[in-house]
Amino acid sequence: MEKASNYIIDDQEAGLFRVNRRVFTDPECLQEERKRIFSHCWIYAGHESEVPHAGDYQSRTVAGHPIILVRGDDSVVRVLLNTCTHRGAMVCRQKRGSAKTFQCPYHSWTYNSRGQLIGVPGEDSYSTAFSRDEMALASPAQVDNYRGFVFVCFDPEAQGLHDYLAGAREYLDLVADQSELGMRIVPGQQSYSARANWKLLVENSYDGYHGLSTHQRYFGFLGDVGIDMRAQDAAIRSHQKVVNLGNGHAVIEYQVPWGRPIADWVPSFGEHRKAHFQELRRRFDERFGKERAWRICETSRNLGIFPNLVINDIMAVTIRTFYPVAPDYMEINAWALAPLDESADNSALRLDNFLTFLGPGGFATPDDVEMLESCQRGFLNREVGWSDISRGMKREHPSLTDELQMRTFWRRWNQLMTEPKVRRARKAA
Amino acid sequence: MAALPTRQEVEDLLYREAALLDEWRLEDWLEMLTDDAVYQVPPTDTPEGDARNSLFLIADDAVRIRSRVKQLLGRFAWAENPHSRTRRMIANVRVLGADGDDVLVTANFAVHRMRYESVDTYIGRYDYKLARVGKDLKIRERRATLDNEALRPHGKISFIL
Repeated sequence: MEKASNYIIDDQEAGLFRVNRRVFTDPECLQEERKRIFSHCWIYAGHESEVPHAGDYQSRTVAGHPIILVRGDDSVVRVLLNTCTHRGAMVCRQKRGSAKTFQCPYHSWTYNSRGQLIGVPGEDSYSTAFSRDEMALASPAQVDNYRGFVFVCFDPEAQGLHDYLAGAREYLDLVADQSELGMRIVPGQQSYSARANWKLLVENSYDGYHGLSTHQRYFGFLGDVGIDMRAQDAAIRSHQKVVNLGNGHAVIEYQVPWGRPIADWVPSFGEHRKAHFQELRRRFDERFGKERAWRICETSRNLGIFPNLVINDIMAVTIRTFYPVAPDYMEINAWALAPLDESADNSALRLDNFLTFLGPGGFATPDDVEMLESCQRGFLNREVGWSDISRGMKREHPSLTDELQMRTFWRRWNQLMTEPKVRRARKAA
Repeated sequence: MAALPTRQEVEDLLYREAALLDEWRLEDWLEMLTDDAVYQVPPTDTPEGDARNSLFLIADDAVRIRSRVKQLLGRFAWAENPHSRTRRMIANVRVLGADGDDVLVTANFAVHRMRYESVDTYIGRYDYKLARVGKDLKIRERRATLDNEALRPHGKISFIL
């Protein structure tokens, strides 16, 4: 056995990979995850398009922290911790809006859109030791942006975002390059949940093995609207890859027969749209050359960025992030991402395409949630201690329906959960 | 323009619909819809949105509604196989007026879903556009706007809300 811990068995010689089901049920394990993973890794906080103008803000919870994503009057996008530095109340109480200042309703301390403290009623009651600078709204230890995707990290010593993303940058580029003007989050957030451990959704989001079984109803729907699933088999065989992107990130990339709103027309989109799609595609060919244009337009991707960000660039682009409230319960948020310069008609088509499969009312996501919840209930049988994630372990080129992508996640997860805490000591020395 | 239906006539229709949905008589429910019916559930944070430019939870045209019913009555809609129990409370029914030949109706709902010994309650408002087809009133538009701020802990809308 090459590697073993209390959490995983990673026997590369035999070709066996097992995950201890305790990691899905144990409250102590979740406590460790909060410390070792969510307080250490880069966590997706939002997209810069959600705050397009100075003063625009969104308040939300990111990895358990109430935060404000705000574009300051200096146009800089910041993430501020939504708690008054005085006594703690949340200074931003709306979900979104535009503001010059955030005023705490408790004692009227006032902060500007950069988070600086600009007003304290009765300030003369404080001693000379009191400093407005020190009492500005706090931020996560690190905040950075990669091509519009804003991330935070609560560990001041963690590696920077660029290096953290590693090979995932190439795949974020394939999404970001879908517009010449930039991408935007479409209004409407899908806020839902699952009575299941968060790591089950990581696995599920790029699991190519479950498609035909869990999503049989979706393929039935495609048949009803005239999409030939035999073409699907041929397409998947012609181009598929599974890549370990480093740092626990992984992706599957493949072709599908159901069309993509980025310049991949199929008959179900309607003849009247064909010319527009051809024109879009010609423009992609000009910008990127035929090979990259083909990859952007005609291949689909399920990208998992460690630990809890999924970007699936499939029949539409969805951003999905999730966070464990309890070992057996997670909150999930999902958005649609679209080109800023997309026509209203294509944008409507994109959203329509999105809803056929994705989201808590779609023809696929509810069945995924059902399966994750079913696994979680199954774990009550503690006598069955381990789950198996061994598919394709001995293959040189694992296929879409193998489980390399999940093993990539689990190996990184296990490393962070088991490595001795020496980093800080080393730095101090 | 024909006279508006009475509230009682509209209530009869909504109560019948609720009973058919609670009893999983979805084929019969389809008979209550016009051929061009739409069924929408807007996102919880954009309740007044338009499905053409906002990401909805559900935005079915007539083809999709029929496909949804076929799936729900088949074996492979795992989220509803076995079927949830549901119980709908419809109240505060108001006939608001006319839109051309159609009738605008609103009502409040509380839909309880029972599954695996959990009870999840969907609370909100229906907005209907009803069409006169011969002697009958049929449903041309059906929009269920949730007051729940998120589908938590519901997780999904896997039945017809």
